[in-house]
Amino acid sequence: MIKAQQKPIAEIKALIAPYHRILILGCGTCVTISFAGGEKEVGLLASSLRIASAMEGQDKIFAEATVQRQCEWEFIDAVAEQIQQADAVLSLACGIGVQALAERYPDKVVLPGVNTTFLGMAVEHGVLVERCRACGDCILGLTGGVCPIARCAKNLLNGPCGGSQNGKCEVNPELDCAWQLIYDRLARLGQLDRLAALMPYKDWSKDYDGGPRKIVREDLRL
Amino acid sequence: MKVGSNLEKVLTSGYFAATGELGPPKSADPGVIRHKASLLKGYVDAVNITDNQTAIVRMSSISVGIMLLQLGLEPTIQMTCRDRNRLAIQSDLLGAAAHGVKNLLCLTGDHQRFGNHPTARGVYDLDSIQLIHMVKTMRDEKKFACGEEMDVEPRFFIGAAENPFADPFDYRPYRLAKKIAAGADFIQTQLIYNVPKFKEFMKRVCDLGLHEKCYILAGVGPIKSVGMARYMQTSVPGMDVPEEIVARLKGVPKDQVRKEGIKQCADIISEIREIPGVAGVHVMAIEWEEAVPEILELAGLLPRPKV
Repeated sequence: MIKAQQKPIAEIKALIAPYHRILILGCGTCVTISFAGGEKEVGLLASSLRIASAMEGQDKIFAEATVQRQCEWEFIDAVAEQIQQADAVLSLACGIGVQALAERYPDKVVLPGVNTTFLGMAVEHGVLVERCRACGDCILGLTGGVCPIARCAKNLLNGPCGGSQNGKCEVNPELDCAWQLIYDRLARLGQLDRLAALMPYKDWSKDYDGGPRKIVREDLRL
Repeated sequence: MKVGSNLEKVLTSGYFAATGELGPPKSADPGVIRHKASLLKGYVDAVNITDNQTAIVRMSSISVGIMLLQLGLEPTIQMTCRDRNRLAIQSDLLGAAAHGVKNLLCLTGDHQRFGNHPTARGVYDLDSIQLIHMVKTMRDEKKFACGEEMDVEPRFFIGAAENPFADPFDYRPYRLAKKIAAGADFIQTQLIYNVPKFKEFMKRVCDLGLHEKCYILAGVGPIKSVGMARYMQTSVPGMDVPEEIVARLKGVPKDQVRKEGIKQCADIISEIREIPGVAGVHVMAIEWEEAVPEILELAGLLPRPKV
């Protein structure tokens, strides 16, 4: 899922400074799972901002709402009235949700309350890790189910660099070296011979180097 | 003979090669290059010029390579995948070849996080093995990475690096094989202080017959101080510095440490020379280029052959 982290409170306060009536809008999907922008976080942030506003002698008004998915029009429209009443919407959804709001409500100021961080998973409670870079050309079938694009700091395709030590990455010793994981997995699967083949130049045009991506499914269009 | 560089000639003639290294300045001062070149001239078969080493911005490797040619030294330029995509790399290599540069070391590059611009975007369009393959394809097939042909190809004696001490240790010889299959003509290894472990690595390399397909130069370097030895032992990723290396430097009076470091380096070279499959040494005396002649003299590698 998409993982996000709430922005520092000082940055949020600076973003909302010019506005009086602010709707804090959460999202019930990915950011709820990553404890960054669900109903609970909306409530906590609203409380913090109300206290800060009062202490600083302001009279800002904070409304709260959370929709099932901010990245779909019909779910956003469920809170259309609250959006209309606000001077600005502080979205706690990922960047997709923020942009969906901006597109749906062209006259409304929309501000991001979180930093969208990566596509990943929780490996333990409270520990989120990156697993996919959405490069558009999946090679997991060649690398033992471990992604060197998302998990190697240099996205190497032909084996580990010289900084792999004790199974850890030199860039962040708290992270496993992706190529050590790939080596171990392929060894277990009896597929180490795969490492001998030269992995060709990657087609980055399928990644963001090809410009913003779009999928059109003619079979599904109405 | 693929390109006829001095380094290639020395190696193909069967001499034990000795290459040096020159770190460009963090400035536009050509005087630094002239000075460092004067310290190395005549003592090594070729001089590597680092490419933004440890991700710190320095004068470009190719431009310093051109200066060395003018000064009568043979350069081995270095090219990393960190700062350039395939367009920039090929373009720069065409230019380097046009200026007469003949040796090239292909590297992935130290991650930008370790340098002085840690917030920069790393490129890594290619990895080092793909870079080797691309340079070989340019040289031997006269083709760019996209498949288009060129009239006059850049001819490089292609080098690659290998760290025998990184993990997974069992995979390292196979990774070397991959680099050779991709087109590496010579290898320069990471700094070697753990000679027994390097010996084990070389045994595996020879069992695979890799020493017959490629010239393997062992990386060596003098240690200036006990503090530097400790730092390399504990803080440099991929380095293996055994305790006895540090102990030897600790065992002499403080004003003798540099001298001992030079002797230690020469002793390591002598040990390495005995290891089957090693074709030469690459002496990396970082910011201590003046130590190189003394090390090579002590190791019995001077004068250098005229080929």
